[in-house]
Amino acid sequence: MANYLLRRLLIAIPSLLGISVILFVVLALAPGDPFGELTTNPAIPPEVRANLRASLGLDDPIHLRYISWLTAMMKGDWGYSFVSRIPVDQLILQRLPTTLAVIGISQIVALAIALPVGVYAATRPYSIFDQVANTLAFVGFSLPTFFTGLVFILIFSITLDWLPFVYRTGIDASGWRWWWEQFRQSIMPIMVLGLFQGATWTRFVRSAVLDVIRLDYVTTARSKGLTEGTVTMKHVVRNAMIPVVTLVALQMPAVFGGAIVTEQIFRVPGIGSLLITSILANDTPVIMAVTFVFAALVIFFNLLADILYGWLDPRISYS
Amino acid sequence: MTERLLEITGLKVHFKTDDGWVRAVDGVDIGIATGETLCVVGESGCGKTVTAKTILKLIDMPPGKIVAGRIGWRGRDIVPLSPAEMRDIRAKEIGFIFQEPMTSLNPVYTVGEQIAESVRTHEGLSRKAAMDRATEMLRLVNIPSPQRRVHDYPHQFSGGMRQRVMIAMALACNPRLIIADEPTTALDVTIQAQILDLLNDMKEQLGTAVLLITHAMGVVAETAQRVVVMYAGKVVEEAPVGELFANPRHPYTQGLIRSIPRIDRAATEHVRLEAIPGTVPSLLNPPLGCRFAARCRYATEACVAAEPPLREVAPGHKVACIL
Ligand SMILES: Nc1ncnc2c1ncn2[C@@H]1O[C@H](COP(=O)(O)OP(=O)(O)O)[C@@H](O)[C@H]1O
Ligand code: SF4
Ligand SMILES: [Mg+2]
Repeated sequence: MANYLLRRLLIAIPSLLGISVILFVVLALAPGDPFGELTTNPAIPPEVRANLRASLGLDDPIHLRYISWLTAMMKGDWGYSFVSRIPVDQLILQRLPTTLAVIGISQIVALAIALPVGVYAATRPYSIFDQVANTLAFVGFSLPTFFTGLVFILIFSITLDWLPFVYRTGIDASGWRWWWEQFRQSIMPIMVLGLFQGATWTRFVRSAVLDVIRLDYVTTARSKGLTEGTVTMKHVVRNAMIPVVTLVALQMPAVFGGAIVTEQIFRVPGIGSLLITSILANDTPVIMAVTFVFAALVIFFNLLADILYGWLDPRISYS
Repeated sequence: MTERLLEITGLKVHFKTDDGWVRAVDGVDIGIATGETLCVVGESGCGKTVTAKTILKLIDMPPGKIVAGRIGWRGRDIVPLSPAEMRDIRAKEIGFIFQEPMTSLNPVYTVGEQIAESVRTHEGLSRKAAMDRATEMLRLVNIPSPQRRVHDYPHQFSGGMRQRVMIAMALACNPRLIIADEPTTALDVTIQAQILDLLNDMKEQLGTAVLLITHAMGVVAETAQRVVVMYAGKVVEEAPVGELFANPRHPYTQGLIRSIPRIDRAATEHVRLEAIPGTVPSLLNPPLGCRFAARCRYATEACVAAEPPLREVAPGHKVACIL
């Protein structure tokens, strides 16, 4: 197992390198210049501008720039934001916890909806419950998060005025009040993401359970005189979890992608909104670092999916 | 006469489908005495599996429905029993062995856990005691090094070995009756004989009654004491095994017996196996009268006019044919 992990991590290195090369080239070829504003500002003499560019190595050939970026990264030097002059790693560390909290809680919400609803619906296919659940899941899965986000804001912030619609970093309160405010401002982004994923996964859990429920070994379990509950939980759900868990892990990168949009709508100061602002400002070091973190997350969750798969299914062996 | 261990009378099990009701089992009488081996034989699609599963109410209801009949188990009718009462009978009093050893075991649990599960449910044994019982059962069904194998997963066993595990599982609670639904059909020929031997062995050691379902007359000859021949959801003939082979009365039974592969003849005389021409009629709208008429070489108008009842032609020998 340890061997397998090591091997997988080694394989991940070339993938990460490849991703970084592609990102670097794309960003270099992209129109736009972090010094665009300086170029048009007549107050700055051309030679100052040229010196600045040279000091940042912006005029070097692309492969040299890539190599210097890579060596710096390896040394743990993620560079500075062109815009705010704050070290990039510090910027990311500031933003990441918020994103992880919002995504983490929303995924827990999603699973808390999808597992019971999906299993219950599948054990009573075509019942009223199943049909209602199916319809709702279909609606939830079809509505994009930017739409539900706006609808939520319209209802809960503007019409009812229950919840704030802009996320604030500094809440001037402490203790319970702080948590309460934090809860009030997080609930909408969490629910928007959680409901969307919950709808997707409900459909998936339902079909995975339906696939298992007709299998022979479920009849065998029933022939042993087990209660319906034991048969469902121990023999049906346990087996249906194998594809579900794998899919959930593999979908996490897409969930992060979706979170970018949601963060934008609710102005959540997470890593997604950092990415958007840095793209708008042509802030290359930040864009590189954030996308690199996303790439690392993709690889991490792929690995996690594999490990969970093998852990859940004894037929898989890591050798 | 006291009632037998299992006494099925007039059982009808129908399935609701988009096209109408499939009359899978349409009037079946089967009785098994304590310690007896009864074979139910018939082509694929004759309703054998549905009959067997209905005894433990393992068919899906809906779409399935027990339309009529009585399933007497040790003197009481189990058709009206509640799910909880049925659970007490499953595994503890009646064990079930399924046709497909490759798919009938749950791939994520060790075979020991799966055998132990029914023992723990019915006898309330501790985990440890139940695993000991599982090991003992594996030894009983001749699985080598049972102490080690009990911790293996199903995919680490061959088809024949898995069927041994299934037998161990069905026997673990020491039931009075074992229902084996084509236990050897999915296996290689050499393994088939071993599994049948094992079943016979177990039956002799433990005194369990066996309801063995098969589509192969050869299996019947080797194992049964009494035979029930099913065709298109009905019993067409019933007799002790010797009597049936010596004196088959129903044309369908005669056809089945002629279709037994015989090494001595086939090899020397190049006689082709005589399969019964035609197929089992649709159970959606089964024909009136004798259901075998379309394939029967003796069929007359009288056969189609009314359904021939099952009548006793010799002691213990019943047949549903006008001949
Ligand atoms: N769940 C079901 N729904 C509809 N028809 C069924 C169902 N189960 C069995 N049948 C029908 O019942 C008939 C008998 O099937 P079965 O008992 O499996 O036959 P056998 O075991 O003798 O080969 C078949 O025609 C089959 O199509
Ligand atoms: S009743 Fe008639 S059709 Fe049916 S088996 Fe007998 S002879 Fe053949
Ligand atoms: Mg069958």
